[in-house]
Amino acid sequence: MSTATVSHHYSSTGLANRKIAIWAFIGSECMLFVSLISTYLIYKDRSVVGPYPHTPWTDPSTGHVYHAILNIPVTSASTFILLMSSLAMVLALSAVENKGKPQRNLGERILGNSKLWLFMTALLGLGFLGCQAYEFTSFVNEGLTIKTNLFGSTFFTLTGFHGAHVTAGVIWILSMLFIDMKRGLGPSDALNVDIMALYWHFVDVVWVAIFTLVYLIR
Amino acid sequence: MATSVIETIPAHLKPFVPSPIPTTVQTYGTSIWGWITTTDHKKIGALYLFTALFFFLVGGIEAEIIRAQLGGPNRHLVSAETYNQIFTMHGTTMIFLAIMPLSAAFFNFIIPLQIGARDVAFPRLNAFSYWIYLLGGLFISIPILFGHGPNAGWFGYAPLTTKAYSPGINIDFWVVGLQILGISSLAAGFNFITTIINLRAPGMSLMRMPVFTWMAFIVQFMIVLAFPVVTIALFFLLLDRFFGTQFYEVASGGDPLLWQHLFWIFGHPEVYILVLPAFGLVSEVLPTFSKKPLFGYPVMIYSGILIGFLGFGVWAHHMFAVGMGPIADSVFGVTTMLIAIPTGVKIFNWIGTIAQGQFKATSASLFAIGLVSLFTIGGISGVMHSSPPADLQQTDSYFVVAHFHYVLFGGSIMGIFAGIYFYFPKMFGRMMDEKLGKTHFWLTFIAMNLTFFPMHFSGMLGMPRRIYTYDAGQGWEAFNQTSTWGAYLLFVASLFFMYNFFKSLRSGRPAGPNPWGAGTLEWTIPSPPPPYNFAVLPNVTSRYPLWEGKQADIESARINQQSGRSAEELGIVLPYNTIKPFLAAFFLVLMFSGLIVGHWLIFASAAAMVLAFYGWLTSPLEPEHH
Repeated sequence: MSTATVSHHYSSTGLANRKIAIWAFIGSECMLFVSLISTYLIYKDRSVVGPYPHTPWTDPSTGHVYHAILNIPVTSASTFILLMSSLAMVLALSAVENKGKPQRNLGERILGNSKLWLFMTALLGLGFLGCQAYEFTSFVNEGLTIKTNLFGSTFFTLTGFHGAHVTAGVIWILSMLFIDMKRGLGPSDALNVDIMALYWHFVDVVWVAIFTLVYLIR
Repeated sequence: MATSVIETIPAHLKPFVPSPIPTTVQTYGTSIWGWITTTDHKKIGALYLFTALFFFLVGGIEAEIIRAQLGGPNRHLVSAETYNQIFTMHGTTMIFLAIMPLSAAFFNFIIPLQIGARDVAFPRLNAFSYWIYLLGGLFISIPILFGHGPNAGWFGYAPLTTKAYSPGINIDFWVVGLQILGISSLAAGFNFITTIINLRAPGMSLMRMPVFTWMAFIVQFMIVLAFPVVTIALFFLLLDRFFGTQFYEVASGGDPLLWQHLFWIFGHPEVYILVLPAFGLVSEVLPTFSKKPLFGYPVMIYSGILIGFLGFGVWAHHMFAVGMGPIADSVFGVTTMLIAIPTGVKIFNWIGTIAQGQFKATSASLFAIGLVSLFTIGGISGVMHSSPPADLQQTDSYFVVAHFHYVLFGGSIMGIFAGIYFYFPKMFGRMMDEKLGKTHFWLTFIAMNLTFFPMHFSGMLGMPRRIYTYDAGQGWEAFNQTSTWGAYLLFVASLFFMYNFFKSLRSGRPAGPNPWGAGTLEWTIPSPPPPYNFAVLPNVTSRYPLWEGKQADIESARINQQSGRSAEELGIVLPYNTIKPFLAAFFLVLMFSGLIVGHWLIFASAAAMVLAFYGWLTSPLEPEHH
């Protein structure tokens, strides 16, 4: 656990207020994503027109054949990128917590570089968003928009909602990186990074659920 | 009675000498800038109280128009379209803009005092919640003045609310307005959960926490878990209306029950979000005026928690009429019967509290008894709906209207009035007029039953909800006429309250720290409390520190009851006043209104909002402590 800023305020549990609040927030966010994912699953296979996620569809009026929409290889790669960003976030937090400890060799200097790991986390997050942008554009080019059918509405809303969370997270991480470059983050900032990391890991875990339920399960 | 404080303190606390009643009363100040920039939970609580009472009046006027229209057959005071807007806004206003914020006023004011804290965990977030509520409330309320008010009922059933069936901008205001108000409730929920978990004074274990704070605690969890679901339901509707998605489009394969499920998964917990705070207030009032601790304290807590859990498992009893099939109907029927048990337990606990106590009739305790008796009637008619065959006869009739007004008016509002009479001296340092208060109670009690009891009969005779007028000769006239006269009397009763409230605010008798001889922490400090609440953090050794407290309780109470010293003198650090939460809230509401006004406004105000948030997050909450 992080060595949180020692507040001069009294607290009943010894935990920082913000730590408790972020857990309450994450609990609330769970209900948000549960509602979105449930709706996606309830509406699965209910679209009256294609394109469909896992099966090709021939438009009866034009005879045009639409491929199965979901691109599993690309999304597997973007899932891997997002999971790696969580790893980078863990390293960023540990670097901030251990700031000021002696660094005896190159490996420790690299591991102790919070700017590097914050940058890596943001970069990987942006990589995930890039994949999503590519995915969305290619779906639209193939003929699936948010208005096309129930699959389009639920898919874009669910993954778009998640993408918005990743975007907010990237902005958060870049802001933290900005502070790190301006004045340097140290153990007294560990709580702030810790809270940001909790949010980031949560967004990652939600993606694992979405990837499994939307992409992998047919 | 202000002069009898010394007698009302139990004999074994004789070493505790209450300070004399002050002759002057502190105020919160009249500077408008001071109110806009405040981060003090007491001032924010007062803002909630004034705003919510204003909206209560607005909702009340809407109710009077409804009753004037229905007072006799074939009346055309307002058109069918206007009537739709008025009943929609009556429900929306009373639920989201009156009862919830009235509860929030008490959460803000009372929770930190009851747990021995100097403020809530996030004072600026608290201000932010209030400003979102005020601006969102205006956003959703103003359109009706221009004939464009929301008009599909407070539950806004989709697909009825999709563009195909509601093409006007009326529903746009509703869907966007509720989305805004949800943010206020969620932000407050995180804040109070943290406050109650983390800011309890030394010795204030969970099982010593006053019951009001306990019920508030449960309510915050319900808010935090239920509001996201309606947020998503509203988000789908918003996308359908503004961006052409097909969530509620039946022709595209959409499920016409999707909205109903999502809405009621929120909507039924919401019912307990509305009533549990009132239960908490009554659980403070009745022990005080019976001069004995609450009967069955742990059972009271456990039953509250059980209501919180079961509240999430009964939603589909709002949907028996849609034909979910025998299995779903049976399951939700049974869970609905189950939830009556913990609620019934509470009723018996209150009766057990009054029994063999030295009950004293005051405005507060009479309103508390009003809740116990009237909520029971609403509870019983509620259990009647739990049986699907019976529900099919009653659903969408005035019988249901009677039922939920007995729980919301007879429960929530009676409890909140009890709370206002009880806590007014603590909030403003002055006593309310007891004679006017009791008149208010008796008029309200009589008028309330006169208004809502006949609705059971008109409903049983087949009168449907939400009709703007009806033909003569169906046997509904006498019942409707009675209801309408009752509603007029209810308005007269409210005038007594308003007069009393504002008169006492200005010239009520100074109250002193503990005018009722109550036992919990909030009564150990001056009224109104100084900005820092507690000069020393109390040491809590029991549930009622002023009644059964040990030396530690008495010591801290003795110090804390003395006012007059400033925070600087005591070396207590207080948060800065700041305009940033107001600005963030303002631009957030402006951003949402961009959906209706024009998309350029969304981006412009989103940028301004982000700036306000950055300014907020990068500026310190309070001066450095030395």
